[in-house]
Amino acid sequence: MMKLELTTDEQIFADEVRDFVARNLPADIAEKVRRGAILGRDDHMRWQQILASCNWHAFSWPKEHGGPGWSVTQRYLFENICGEMDCPLIQPFGPRMAGPVIFSFGTEDQKARFLPGIRESTDWWCQGYSEPHAGSDLATLSTRAEDDGEHYIINGQKIWTSYAHYANWMFCLVRTSNEDRPQKGITFLLIDMSTPGVRVDPIVGMDGRHSFNSVFFDDVRVPKENRIGEEGKGWTYAKFLLEHERIDNAALGVTKQALERVRQMASVPIDSATPLIEDPIFSSRLIAIEAQFASLEMTALRVLSAVNSGESPGPASSLLKIRGTEIAQQISELALEIAGQYAQVRPSMNGTYDCAPSGPEQTEMAMTNYLWKRAMSIYGGSNEVQKNIISKRILEM
Amino acid sequence: MDLQFSTEQNLFRDTVERFIREDYTFDIRSRIIANDEPYDDMWRKIAELGWFALPFPESLGGLDGTAIDLNIVAEGIGRGLVIDPVLPTILAGLLVSRLGTEQQKEIVIPPLIEGNLKLALALSEPGNRYDLNAITTTATHSADGWIIDGHKALVPGANNADRLLIPARTESGEIGVFLIKPGIAGLTIRPLGLHDSTTAADVILEQVALPDDALLGAEQNARSALEWVFDLGIAAATGEALGAMDSLSKMTLAFLKERKQFGRPLSENQALQHRMVDLTIAVEEARSSALSAALQVTVPDYATRARALSLAKIEINRTARTVGQEAVQLHGAMGMTEELPIGHYFKRLTAISGLFGTSNWHVHRITRIDAASRDQGKK
Repeated sequence: MMKLELTTDEQIFADEVRDFVARNLPADIAEKVRRGAILGRDDHMRWQQILASCNWHAFSWPKEHGGPGWSVTQRYLFENICGEMDCPLIQPFGPRMAGPVIFSFGTEDQKARFLPGIRESTDWWCQGYSEPHAGSDLATLSTRAEDDGEHYIINGQKIWTSYAHYANWMFCLVRTSNEDRPQKGITFLLIDMSTPGVRVDPIVGMDGRHSFNSVFFDDVRVPKENRIGEEGKGWTYAKFLLEHERIDNAALGVTKQALERVRQMASVPIDSATPLIEDPIFSSRLIAIEAQFASLEMTALRVLSAVNSGESPGPASSLLKIRGTEIAQQISELALEIAGQYAQVRPSMNGTYDCAPSGPEQTEMAMTNYLWKRAMSIYGGSNEVQKNIISKRILEM
Repeated sequence: MDLQFSTEQNLFRDTVERFIREDYTFDIRSRIIANDEPYDDMWRKIAELGWFALPFPESLGGLDGTAIDLNIVAEGIGRGLVIDPVLPTILAGLLVSRLGTEQQKEIVIPPLIEGNLKLALALSEPGNRYDLNAITTTATHSADGWIIDGHKALVPGANNADRLLIPARTESGEIGVFLIKPGIAGLTIRPLGLHDSTTAADVILEQVALPDDALLGAEQNARSALEWVFDLGIAAATGEALGAMDSLSKMTLAFLKERKQFGRPLSENQALQHRMVDLTIAVEEARSSALSAALQVTVPDYATRARALSLAKIEINRTARTVGQEAVQLHGAMGMTEELPIGHYFKRLTAISGLFGTSNWHVHRITRIDAASRDQGKK
């Protein structure tokens, strides 16, 4: 029967997750997350490996590929509890992106080589999709892969590659043919980032953070055994991934927590005599966002629940990406409102100030976060591209 | 947690949709409005479908349905722009089944289920603005029974109701709900013309004398029951609005594909494609809000339930406005006419936004609930 209440088993599961996080999440990491500070590679890997110790890192994987085989409800509970308890967001590149493509389309040998490193979070993966001339129009990508017998030789450039400077592996789209439609000449490769000829250059964002990179390939030799599926079919695998990615890009556990933080921030007086939550204008904005979020969360559960009963997430996942990112951006605007003029003070990159301002501690990351969140409606296929997808594939316009 | 409709629910949804598509067409509806079609026939057909039986307990001849089932009916009502006061009668019946004595339930519920009794519940008074505790209608007890005095505003379905349910403040300061048969001395029903062609009336009570057993139950504290039925009303309104929005969105999409300007279908213009996508997203958000309302309306704790229902209603009001306005805009001038269904959906959606609390009112309700829980926390 349709219901929101948790079953006894689900309740026990939730308690188990809470208990595990309470006992195992390192205090220094939780504190950084609580303050909204930027985490380093080591912070992420440390926590992800702790999760992996009980096979919770690749928590969305089915049992047959070595995952815990959780239900939709369990996954939802896990993400929410992790958000509530200030766990870092599990980096999606391995378990949410590379993993599902490898276990869905890879050979047995590839599964044996790559899945353990993702499950156990010993590898850091990055996504080699966008190029300087192929952003929203990804299919026009031009990084060349030339056939050299047992190898491909790669030349070209990727851009906006998140955490390429942390990564030891990249899943990458390359062009193996210029004939036919642009989509048809694309091949999906796994590239070892330590291969000679790979160069990673940082791109610093307006928030001061180094998460994006340019990645250059100069005669990089990639063994053909690192190709996923067939040559020229890479677009199919990439599309499969994008559909899954859109669900994740809604990042609801994180947004729920951001909403809670903003509520807490607004519940104490900041640079004023009374808390902003008591101001009807502020509180009506907060409630409007909360109402929209409640509906989005239900939409996510509906989509996941459909996926669980064997249906493809399909283009409906685009909707989650659009609204999820918009709402997250709106929440960052509320934090900016709360911070008022203190938002202009720039913290150092680990989230502390070079010189502590006279303002309250809660405001320190408001601007950094606001600046960063502008990326959300751009990455993973800009929201306008998502609208094109919905109009073409759902509405058949 | 489980969010999939059961097989039975999917079948039920199909029968509701088929009835609306085949038996409650826009043409038939227009004839009912113009009084060409006997109103009671349609009421009986609806009863035969089991819609009235749905939410009531089996012991009274009902089907023991859930709030989800009721929302399936509500969605159909929105889809068909059903003007008959089906939901007001069901809500009033639910209040009787919650508050009434066994005897009162026996008198009211079985005939209601069979389609032989229409009920109207008066939740509003001039000046109370959705506040169920601000009721000024009085009930004075005397040796012969009760005397009721007051003014009820905009009572849905009161024009044709066989019984009215009138909340009134007793001398103890509490609220009782009285079951009144129209035609009684001192009772005036003033039918109102409504933009959306549904029916409602103002009800004036001047020294209306009632027997003791007109009071539902022996209950003189009906406030929490009224709050409960108000939240049920929100849930039903979300379902109805969803049905209307879903229809409107399908019609708009079909129109964009069919209508040609500048030598090509309107649907080939990206500006219009993106607007249509925004409209579609709003309908999906409405679907989630209606589901959320139906799933949470049964939560016993007032604060948790009311908060969830208010959030859902705020979303429904926002999406109803988006979908209604966009549908009219995308249809162009044709969307403004009385001839096409578009304007009728638009009017009903606009009316629903004001039923069971505007968005502003719900923001205030949430603010009050949150402030109370903060005070609780401080103590």
